[in-house]
Formats: sequence, C-alpha cells, structure tokens
Amino acid sequence: MATPVKVYGPPLSTAVSRVLACLLEKDVNFQLISVNMSKGEHKVPDFLKIQPFGQVPAFQDEEISLFESRAICRYLCDKYADKGNRGLYGTNPLVKASIDQWLEAEGQSFNPPSSVLVFQLAFAPRMKIKQDPAVIKQNEEKLGKVLDVYEQRLGESRFLAGDEFSLADLSHLPNTHYLVSATDRGELFTSRKNVGRWWGEISGRDSWKKVVQMQKQGA
Amino acid sequence: MTIKLHGAPMSTCTAKVLTCLHEKGIDFEFVPINLLAGEQKQPSFVAKNPFGLVPVLEDGDFTIFESRAITSYLAEKFKDSGCDLIRHGNIKESAMVKVWMEVESQQYSPAVSPIFFQYFIVPKRGGSPDQAIIDESSGKLGKVLDVYEQRLSGAKYLAGDFFSLADLHHLGLTFYFMKTPCARLINERPHVKAWWEDISSRPAFQKVVPGMTLGAK
Repeated sequence: MATPVKVYGPPLSTAVSRVLACLLEKDVNFQLISVNMSKGEHKVPDFLKIQPFGQVPAFQDEEISLFESRAICRYLCDKYADKGNRGLYGTNPLVKASIDQWLEAEGQSFNPPSSVLVFQLAFAPRMKIKQDPAVIKQNEEKLGKVLDVYEQRLGESRFLAGDEFSLADLSHLPNTHYLVSATDRGELFTSRKNVGRWWGEISGRDSWKKVVQMQKQGA
Repeated sequence: MTIKLHGAPMSTCTAKVLTCLHEKGIDFEFVPINLLAGEQKQPSFVAKNPFGLVPVLEDGDFTIFESRAITSYLAEKFKDSGCDLIRHGNIKESAMVKVWMEVESQQYSPAVSPIFFQYFIVPKRGGSPDQAIIDESSGKLGKVLDVYEQRLSGAKYLAGDFFSLADLHHLGLTFYFMKTPCARLINERPHVKAWWEDISSRPAFQKVVPGMTLGAK
C-alpha cells in the first residue's frame, strides 16, 4: 500500500478543506498533520521551509513538497488520474480546459468577495474582531453579481464545467459551506434557484460530508 | 485560422495570452475589443464570456475565457512547439509550475493590482491615486517579494531553472507596475530585479510591449 500523503493544517481552514475534499474524491490515503495557528506554528522556520508564505495548507508525498490548495488539487488529479473520481479534472483536454476556466473563475471572481464575507461574518465574531459593515455590503454586492452569472450558467449546465461534478465545483465548497451554514447570508445562494440546486448537489457528496465531519471533530 | 483571440492589447490579461501565443509560435487572429466603448459588455461578447471580461480565445468551435486557463490550454495543446511552458514530461517540475502559477494568482497579483489601479485607472476616471491604498498594498507586496527574493536566490526562475507559465503570468501587470514609484520594491531586491529583467526581455514579450499603451501620469 502506498505511503499516505501528508497534509498540514487545520480542517477548519477553507484552503485545507479544499485539499481534503479532493483527496477524498480521489480516494488517496492521507495523514492530516495539525498546525496550531493560534500558537503561530505556521510561522516557525521548519514550517516556512515547506510553505514560505506561512499559510496553510502544505502538502508532501514521497516525491515532492507543495503548497497553494488549487495547485495541490491539480497535482493530485494528474498524479492519481486513475484513482477514485477519474473525471474530476476531465478525461480529455477540452473538458480539462473548461474545468480550468471555472476553477479560475472561482479563484479570481468568487473567492475574493466570498473569503471576505466568510472572515467578516463567520470568523471575526468568534475571534472577537470588529466587523466592518461597509466591507460586508461591498462584498455582498460583488458576490451577488458573480452568483448572477452562476445562476445563468447553472440553468444551462448541471455543474459549472459541464454535466459532471468537477474540481471547479469542488473548489467552491469551503467558502460556500461557511456562508450557508455559519452566517445569515446563505440566501445569497439559496434564493437563486439554479445555484441553490447546484449547492444542494455538490454539498451532498460523501466526500464533502466527510470533510464537514472532520471540521466538527478537529475544531 | 482556427485560433482567434478577442482582447485589448493594453490589457494585462490579454498580454498574458499574447505572450504565450508568441512563446509557442502559434498562428492566431487577433480580434480587438474596444473596452472604452464597453464592447465587452455587449450581448455578442457576453455570450462568449458571461463575466464580460477580456480575453476570450476561440479554437474552432471551442471557446475559453480566464487568461490563466487559456495559457494552460495552449501550453498543453501545443506542448511540443516552442518553449515548454508547463514541463509536461516531468511530474515534479510541472507540479512546481502549478504551485508558482497559483502564487502569482493568489499572492502576487492581488498585492500589485490595487497599486496598478490607483496609478493607471483612477487618473483616467478623473481621480488621484489614494496613497493609503498604495501604502497598504506596498506593505503586502513587500512581504511577498521577500519570499520571491529568497526563492530566486536558489533558482533562476520561479518553478526551477527553467522559464515557465509561472514566470510568464507576471509579465503584463509587472510591466505597468515598474512604471510606478513602487518599482523600487522590485529594484531593491537584486534577485527579483534580475529575474524581472530576464523575463521581460524575452522576444515573445517584446512583441507584446508596443501594444501596452496605458500611460501613467
């Protein structure tokens, strides 16, 4: 049996949970190594050797040390192409390109406003940091416009890149999960018919349910 | 001609794709989109990219948007032509290209874009650069560039000793950035400066530079 790959970081981190979801979809054995960020373990020299920006996640297998969750996911899909969900990153170049297109849309258009909202609405209260209503409003508007595009797209297509669940959909799971389950802004998603339908499908996958379980246990 | 690129030559994201096309020696037709006239928001263009942004690439019947997805598509499809931008034959090298492509996307460009916006776009709209925003972004960028300086002390390019998409993706935005007072952030870091001078002098990017006409005051 292959040595489990290593993922460093808390499952509550959106970026860590993105990688966990991918590992579970691909059926790749992994070991989750804790990094206590409240104690600054992500800034110690030994950790900076594997993630020079001092962020989570970091990843290692027998061959290589990587960081940046979307890069780790793409690597996993290429290295373990025949394992687990084989279509996760497409089985031909055109589908793969379409998945990359929507992965980029997630990274460039969806992630910035949704990350701000996750921080402001889900994390800041827990960390006793003051919320900024102007920043919340500005990012709700931005996210709303992105979700309008998604609403149209998901009326034409079952998932973002086509008729199959892909890495592009997966990449949206972490931030959306917090917004829908840990804030009162879930209606951004659920009030849009096609987006709501899509969210129900992708969040109902076994892989994501396991990640949510890990988040509850690993708090 | 099967490949058509819709974009604006002065746009940093269009420049990414143009540079990639030149690095690979790919024939293409360029279809200019008039951003000032709002052509990118017209129904015929939105049908190609629902976000109403340039660039968009058409390859026969296949349409793709998002500049980094387009360059990845081209680098894969034409992997045996021109410069090997994704190191497809070596899983470790291609993994490092993926990592540093994400670093550009998630660390570098988010720190540089506000500076670019304040110096190049705000004046066009009749405003003045907001120094508070510039200072905040400069602080963030300085920390990112410290990592780059360390990285580039150990390797000639970001993903290793080979030029790749990871380096290429920095060209358009950094070209404009180097015309601002914040250029010192790069010039003060000798390995980053040397890397910038190397990648920006490549012939493929030099073909794109004449179209990059956004002027700083």
